[in-house]
Amino acid sequence: MRITQGTFSYLDDLTDTQITAQAQYGIDRGWAPQVEFADDPHPRNVYWEMWGLPMFDLQDAAAVVGEVNRCREAYPNHYIRLTLYDASRGRQTTALQFIVNRPAHEPGFRLDRQETHDRVIRYTLHSYAADAPHGSRYNGQGPSVP
Amino acid sequence: MTDGVRPSLGPGLDEPVEDRFGRGLVDESFAGVDDPLADLPDDLLVDVAGTVRDSNIREVLDRLDHELVALHEVKRRVREVAALLLVDRMRRKIGLDSEPPTLHMSFTGNPGTGKTTVAQRMGEVLHKLGYLRKGHVVSVTRDDLVGQYVGHTAPKTREVLKRAMGGVLFIDEAYHIYRVDNERDYGQETVEMLLQMMENDRADLVVIMAGYKDKIDRFFSDVPGLSSRIGHHIDFPDYSAEELMDVARLMVGRQQYRFAPEAEEAFRDYLVRRMQQPRFANGRSVRNALDRLRMRHANRLWDALDGDDAKVSKGDLVTITADDIKASRVFDFAHDPETS
Repeated sequence: MRITQGTFSYLDDLTDTQITAQAQYGIDRGWAPQVEFADDPHPRNVYWEMWGLPMFDLQDAAAVVGEVNRCREAYPNHYIRLTLYDASRGRQTTALQFIVNRPAHEPGFRLDRQETHDRVIRYTLHSYAADAPHGSRYNGQGPSVP
Repeated sequence: MTDGVRPSLGPGLDEPVEDRFGRGLVDESFAGVDDPLADLPDDLLVDVAGTVRDSNIREVLDRLDHELVALHEVKRRVREVAALLLVDRMRRKIGLDSEPPTLHMSFTGNPGTGKTTVAQRMGEVLHKLGYLRKGHVVSVTRDDLVGQYVGHTAPKTREVLKRAMGGVLFIDEAYHIYRVDNERDYGQETVEMLLQMMENDRADLVVIMAGYKDKIDRFFSDVPGLSSRIGHHIDFPDYSAEELMDVARLMVGRQQYRFAPEAEEAFRDYLVRRMQQPRFANGRSVRNALDRLRMRHANRLWDALDGDDAKVSKGDLVTITADDIKASRVFDFAHDPETS
């Protein structure tokens, strides 16, 4: 199941040229690009790991794609996203964010139902990938749970 | 998304993006030609004037000519580079392909000979001709590149290189990066990263190394492979007294002052004396001298004021007299030249 989160997520994956153009669009508006990666695809997982610091004072987006590619090299089977922060409001505001890399195989989610008091049912999204320990998910061997 | 009309992908995604060397520039009428070298007739005409006009290059070069005194050799090299890039651009228009040239440079010369200024102009020229995407100049020294402890250097250098992408990385006193007598110096790492970057990403940035000629030469002989990656070695000669006078006139004019008739003679006299003294820094010394002149000029006006409703004329406000200049301690040798 293809994860969709962030901008452009219902489109085809962006090419490097398109990523460059988007990053340049942000840089031209004074936003700071930041590359992040994660292997827990749950939509509520907001704690992605930072690939280096946000790139302040950039003029040209070639550097951003360079960092994206270095991150892809290190984590070919992780989700990688590019965030552009707009600092003009005096706080860290995400202006634009999109996924630039995803694992070859995305096993998707299952729906867990929990029966609680009075016939109430609670629903939970459970990611198949998250059954494997952190760091060994998406290692190219497919899902660890059928 | 397989066929039909693609929906808009958002800003920057719909327009065809030129690749780094503007290969997207190929004129539509030639787009179908597979092998321009063989298929197009030799007497096909390319619009030179249009290319020149599009790039605004003439204006930049004229400005270089007017605002920089002397430096004929330097200007000639800048013009050569401009010509090469312009011709490349016209070739691309009809689909001829050619390797982008290596434009890393070394600027050697004494202090105050205009290296930094020319680097700025170079960024502008390369941007106007489509070689650099931004053309800004990031000016750094050893401190900005080399770290203080193990593992500090690579991120620090990479940070600077990223900031310089699309423009010019101007490394002042480049020879300080690498200390040959200390093999544990972290500068080595910076040099390696620079070498790699200069080779692999030469489309993304132009590196200009500047400094004294003898020290740069030694630096290049200590670091094999660096000199050969730098395509242009440009030497900045010292200025003659007459050229420095031109520099002074230009600076005085730009700051909206003027020399009194006899002041010009006095300033020439000042320059000749100053040039004999140690630590003379060409254009920079002229600028410092003018700053001190303005101070003495202001001081003289201040002293002349008397009473509450004293007035000065516009002429007084803009004219630097010979006396302002003669007050300099350069005329009585015993003192440190940079502070007099």
